Formats: sequence, structure tokens, C-alpha cells
Amino acid sequence: MSLHDLSGVRAAGAAPADLSPWSEEGRRFGPVTARLRGVRRIFAGRAVLDGVDLEVRKGEFVALLGPTGTGKTTLLRILAGLDRADEGDVGVAAARSVVFQEPRLVPALRVWRNVVIGHRRSAASRKLAAAALDEVGLVRHADAWPRTLSGGEAQRVALARALVQEPALLLLDEPFAALDALTRIRMHGLVQQLLRRHSPGVVLVTHDIDEALSLSNRVVVLNGGRVRLNAPVDMPRPRARTDRAFENLRQRLLAKLDVAADEPPI
Amino acid sequence: MSFAGSAAVEAAALGGDQHDAEPGLHLVDLGAKAGPASERSFLSAARGALRVLVPVGLLAAWQTVSGLGRVEPAALPTPLTVAEAFGELIGTGELQAAIPASLHRALTGLVLGASTGLVLGLFAGLWRIGEQLFDAPLQMLRTIPFIATIPLFIIWFGIGEAAKVALIYAATIFPVYLNTYAGVRGVDPKLIEAAKVFGLKPRQISLRVILPTALPSILVGIRFSAGIALLALVAAEQINARSGIGYILNNANQNQRTDVIIAGIIVYALLGIVIDLVMRWVERLALPWRASLVFA
Repeated sequence: MSLHDLSGVRAAGAAPADLSPWSEEGRRFGPVTARLRGVRRIFAGRAVLDGVDLEVRKGEFVALLGPTGTGKTTLLRILAGLDRADEGDVGVAAARSVVFQEPRLVPALRVWRNVVIGHRRSAASRKLAAAALDEVGLVRHADAWPRTLSGGEAQRVALARALVQEPALLLLDEPFAALDALTRIRMHGLVQQLLRRHSPGVVLVTHDIDEALSLSNRVVVLNGGRVRLNAPVDMPRPRARTDRAFENLRQRLLAKLDVAADEPPI
Repeated sequence: MSFAGSAAVEAAALGGDQHDAEPGLHLVDLGAKAGPASERSFLSAARGALRVLVPVGLLAAWQTVSGLGRVEPAALPTPLTVAEAFGELIGTGELQAAIPASLHRALTGLVLGASTGLVLGLFAGLWRIGEQLFDAPLQMLRTIPFIATIPLFIIWFGIGEAAKVALIYAATIFPVYLNTYAGVRGVDPKLIEAAKVFGLKPRQISLRVILPTALPSILVGIRFSAGIALLALVAAEQINARSGIGYILNNANQNQRTDVIIAGIIVYALLGIVIDLVMRWVERLALPWRASLVFA
């Protein structure tokens, strides 16, 4: 897969060999859809990202955890092409899309037009939108105005809008954070089901450890501008919080996130 | 009425508390309004009647005072005399000739002024160079009361049609400019960012995201400008009008026909109401996504 170069600085020479610590996983997953090498981003003299290496393959679901202000969202914005690295190499697949924390639908366009907003307007776009809305269970709302939707519905439209692009790299910036707990659980199920079908490489920024552990194949902890942990999550699905491996990983993550460990599991 | 009702409920609640062992909190009554539905509908009918009765009463008082000869008829003729003046204006065909002439002036000036304001507002809103070029001069010109410029317009354009349309044009640029500029700048940057992520080019972002989202604000500007166009029309028609409502007013002024003057003023007021209604209708047609919010 050819990657778009979004580096702040031109890469010197050929791309380095694959240094991914998960090369056996790499065989299972598809080609690399995002590759960061030594990425630094400096805001007002402070390095928010201070030499980050990360690689995401197609079909892989990477959850990005970290305390507030550690550059998770900056990292995601760099991957989306909305921000530039000051140093380091960034390569991402051309076909990528984002689901933000807010739905960010254009209020003056009907739901289906929002879904195909990135597409050339044609006779087929209505059908394309209907198919995408069907996947998120909102085909009946194709002609509705975004403001008439509930928060969860609007976020499902945003998901349809992202998937209709057939992304090789899907970036999720805390897309469930603003939803109520019940809607969030439903969204988790929906996302897993949709990803089985589309299987892009996914980067999910989240604050929620349980969310990260139940959805992802790999968790990456960012703290102080660096990757502090990059661990596979290979528990079988559906995952139960009471599972021993789940709880062990959870404790490891909490430690890396500077949170004092909970009581050990009984 | 509702106060009395809530007081009764609170008293009952407090009375109930005395039977309990522990005292309860004092509860504020936020329940359904006290009083049976029939009583409420009677009240709202009475309020509606009041809205009609007050203006009617004022008219009756005017008729009585002027009719009894307490006021000089040349200063304030009775409402009936004004109505007769209306009949006269319609009978001679003057009014039917005047309204299209005045409307034509106002609309020509408004269409030109609003288009100019729209183009400048979009330019200044979408491109930084446009803002740098136009915003400061327009913000300065905006502060000039346009009525003060009438002598200048007479020197530049004479006392014919050109001066009148030019005055309306100049006056109607600013509300559309300001609201268009503010509307474009007010579009949530997050929406624009999302559009960028989904691969929209700047031109597509302008057409699919910014313009539709700024449209409510633009239409508010046009509605303001329509009101200003009427104001400028009245001012412009004071300059030697040879047709239109201003012509009727000037003639009536020379002939000391106060009744006709009042009739002319009422026509201006009616034009204002009609313009406002038309603009509201346009807004409802152009902004269905807003209507769905209000009427849901």
C-alpha cells in the first residue's frame, strides 16, 4: 500500500525496514496503513509529542490511551492530516476518514447528503448513502435534518459518513465519549460489527480503559509525549471484564497512566 | 390567579407535614397550572380580546376627540376622514399608480444594494485579502447615518430617479454585508475541518458547508436591508418626487390635506408589514432545516 508522506521533515533515504514489534501479528493483519517514526510536535516550547513511533496495519484496531494533554488528539490530527509534525516521518494511507467526538454534521444538509459529502454528486450518491445508513440502522432517517437526530443517531450518521469513504485507515477521536452509557454500549457493538465487514486499520483515542480493552487488538499508552506501552490485546471475544487477562492488562495500563492500582481482583 | 392556586397547594402540603413525624422540605409548586381548563381558555380568550380592544378603543377615542371639534381638523382629521381620503386616492387611481412606482424604486435599490453587500460579505468572509480590502472602509462608512448624505446625493445625482435609487442602494449594502460576513465567519471551524478530512476542496467547502450554514444570517441581513430600503424610500421620496407615495404626500402637504398625509403614512406602514411578511416566508422556504427545529 502506498502511503502519503505527511512528514514535517523529508525522510532521508529509503523507508526503514519494518521494525514493528508485532510482525507475527503483521502477517495476520493487512498492509501498513499508518507509520510514524520519531514524530515530534512542539507547542509553545513544549514537546507534546516527543519522538513517537507507531505502526498500524489494515484490520488492526489500536486504542490510544493517555492522560489528558499527552498529545493523543494531536497524534490523531497528524494522522488525519489536520496537523503537521515538527520532526519525524509520517506516512498514512490516502483513503482515511475520521469520526470526531462531535458528529460535525452540516445542519443545512439532509442526513444522506451529509453521509456522501465527500463524494462527487451523482445519481448514485443517494443509493450509496442509503446503503451506508442501512449499515448503521438509520436508513429511515435519510431525509431528516441533522438537528432532529439524537446524539447517538447523529454519531451513527458520522460513522456512516466515515465508512462510506471505504477508508484503509479509520481514525476515531473519542467518538463515544459524549454518549450516554447505554448508547455507548450499543455503539461498541455496532462498531465491532461494521469493522468485521470493512476491516480498516483503526486508531481509537479514548480515556476509557474498558472501552479500549474490549474493542482493540492493541493498546498504546502515550504519556509525557512518548509511547510508554505498546501491548497486544489478544483475549478472545466477547471479552468479559471479569476475565483474568483483562484485569491484568487493565492494571498494567493503570500503572502506565499514573493511576494508583485498584484493589487486586479476587 | 395561579399564585392563589399554588399558595393553596403549598398550604395543603404543609398541613400534611404536620401529621408526619419528621418535618419535610418546603416544596415549591411547579405542577400543572391551577384552575380548570375552561377557566384558562376563557382567560386566553379575554387576553386576545384585550389585544383587539385596545387599538379599537384608541381609534374610537381619536374619532370622538377629533369629531367633537376639540382638535383642529387640519391638524388631526378623524379616522373616518382618513378612510375617505383612502377612498379618494383609490377612486382617482393615484394610489394604484403610486404603489408600483414606490415599490419599483425600493426594490431596485434593495436588489442592487443587497447583492453588493452579499458579494462583499462573502469576499471578506471567505478570503483574508477580501477582509483586508473591504472590512475597514465598510465599517467606517457604516457609521454614517445615510439620511445625512442626502444633500451629497442630490449634488451627485440630481433630483431625479437616480438620486433616489442611489440613496436606497447605499443604505441597503451594510446590513447584508455585516450579516453575511458574520455568518460566514461564524460557521463552526470544526465543520470546516471535518469537510477537509473528507476531501472537500475549498470551493466545495464554501458551497456545501459554509454558504448553507451561513444562510440564516444572510437572510437576516436581507430582512434588515428590506426595512432600511423602506426607510430610505421615505427619505428619498422627500426629494421632489414626481411619482409614488412621496408624490402624493408632497401634493397633500402643499394642499394642506392632513387626511391624505396620514393615509400616505399608513400606506408606508402597510408596505413595511408586507415586506416583513414576504421575508419571513422566504426564510421559511429557504431554511427548512431550521423550521423543523421550531415546529417539531
